Amino acid sequence: MIRYLFKRVLEMVPTLFGITLISFLILHLAPGKPTDVLSDFNPKITPEARERLEKMYNLDKPIVVQYGLWLEKIVKLDFGESFSTDRRPVLDKIWDRKQPLPDRRLFITFMLNLITMVIILAIAIPLGISSATHQYSLYDKLTTTFVFLGFAMPSFWLALLLMMFFGIHLDLLPLSGLKSMNYDSLSLCGKILDRINHLILPVFVSAFTGLAGDSRYMRSSMLEVIRQDYITVARAKGLPEKKVIYNHALKNAILPLITLIGLSVPGLIGGSVIMESIFGIPGMGQMFFMSVMTRDYPMVMSLLTIGGVLTLAGNLLADIGYMLADPRIRAK
Amino acid sequence: MDSPKRLFWKRFSRNKLAVAGGIIVAFLFFVAILAPLVSPYDPNDIDRKHILEPPGIQHPLGTDDLGRDVLSRMIWGSQISLSVGFVAVGISVVMGMIFGSLSGYYGGWMDRIIMRFIDIMLSVPTFFLILAVIAFIGSSIWNIMIIIGITSWMGVARLVRAEFLSLKEREYVLAARAVGASNMRIIFRHIMVNSLAPVLVSAVLGIAGAVLVESSLSFLGIGVQPPTPSWGNILTLGKDNMETAWWLSVFPGLAILITVLGYNLLGEGVRDALDPRLWGAESE
Repeated sequence: MIRYLFKRVLEMVPTLFGITLISFLILHLAPGKPTDVLSDFNPKITPEARERLEKMYNLDKPIVVQYGLWLEKIVKLDFGESFSTDRRPVLDKIWDRKQPLPDRRLFITFMLNLITMVIILAIAIPLGISSATHQYSLYDKLTTTFVFLGFAMPSFWLALLLMMFFGIHLDLLPLSGLKSMNYDSLSLCGKILDRINHLILPVFVSAFTGLAGDSRYMRSSMLEVIRQDYITVARAKGLPEKKVIYNHALKNAILPLITLIGLSVPGLIGGSVIMESIFGIPGMGQMFFMSVMTRDYPMVMSLLTIGGVLTLAGNLLADIGYMLADPRIRAK
Repeated sequence: MDSPKRLFWKRFSRNKLAVAGGIIVAFLFFVAILAPLVSPYDPNDIDRKHILEPPGIQHPLGTDDLGRDVLSRMIWGSQISLSVGFVAVGISVVMGMIFGSLSGYYGGWMDRIIMRFIDIMLSVPTFFLILAVIAFIGSSIWNIMIIIGITSWMGVARLVRAEFLSLKEREYVLAARAVGASNMRIIFRHIMVNSLAPVLVSAVLGIAGAVLVESSLSFLGIGVQPPTPSWGNILTLGKDNMETAWWLSVFPGLAILITVLGYNLLGEGVRDALDPRLWGAESE
């Protein structure tokens, strides 16, 4: 098992290499040079200064060499400096050590997605199981309708509607950000409540739109499993239906879902751009959007790389989960 | 005995949800094509006397911050979502079929390289990449279609590969090879045509995804640029005028929801009608 895991980690290296290569080529083959952004701030820049700038960022070299130089730095975990006016190191902006942990961008996005994922699974698994065991019942039809709506729902639209209703009409929940103006004066308990208040809408929206796929998947996987012979055997020997479903069927039905969770990581990371932009949440997604709009190359490349690393980590975790759940693979 | 085509129609038309999806999609087609005829106003007609008017007799879905008629803008916006959906999915289907068939038919190192490439593409946070590319090369509608297309072909490629792996061992392929057909002929004339059904299903579902991505991009302000109307960029105005003009948020979003729902229902209906494993289940 350890050897298998080791092999999987080794396989991730070329994949990560590929992700960064594709991102790098696409960004750098796009028209315009990274230094255009820097020199645009200063209209009086001379051609010589521009050339010096290009030399500084190795832009006078062929693109493959540029990629090599970039890679050399990344391997040493040197993500470079942001092009924005503050010129701070990229890592510092994503993971600001001067700020308390809950205010660091990467942490915010990570926690937001983690909470969403836990909620999705806590609802999707029982929902999928029960609609599979009651196939074609009214309950199953209702959940199927709900699933189709969730699939088709544009997350940003749902966000808008909820903001209009709960934020403006009822004036119950805050519209944006992660904390209120008076956050610093609140007690610890008040601070936690304030955070939760701000998280309700974004988490609800992401969970609702993500729920559909997972519960549908759980349902079809369960339907497949309960048609198997060993389920008939379990029933034939007189086990109560609850035991048949939760002890015998669930363990097998949940396996494909584990893989699906791993595969959903890139979608969650991408979705955080939309969620964080709408709700004004200072996370990684919002930072990515701002960096893209200002053509902040080092920032964009770093965030794409981190996104890739998180995706691969998600896949690896799914693999480990799969192994823990499936003794057949562990035995190999 | 019914022909497979008749059988398909019989099964498809019995599925009410699938038919509903088909009707939604057909309706959208008509609206988009007949936009110049059915839209009550010019979508770009600015009327400063009637700014942010709620839905009423003159403007059934209200007006926006420049006094433009929301219904007309939505009708013209349907052209955007229709064309983005079809062109983007067209690109992804063609790419997926090429990579999938090469990988499945030839196997060996070709298969290994393509599968690794697919793994890589699946690990890139696609929406990040789309955002970056559109922001860097400019947000024309063609760029949006192309980038959605080339970031979404992996599913089709895997499907086609799986079909090729099983179909290439069939007798008719052996027969074709025995009479001296070239590899290209076998791939395109013999195997490809038999693997089209699952591709069709995934294409219809893919259109739904492309519509969602385009509207998200336009909503974020880097997709289709005003004054060209798109459902996503009307919603941006909805967000800016959230406190006063609910109609700017409600209607375009509803249009996106119904469109995506229509494609999803149609796609699932086609899948069920094509799946022989489900044929027995329904006669019970």
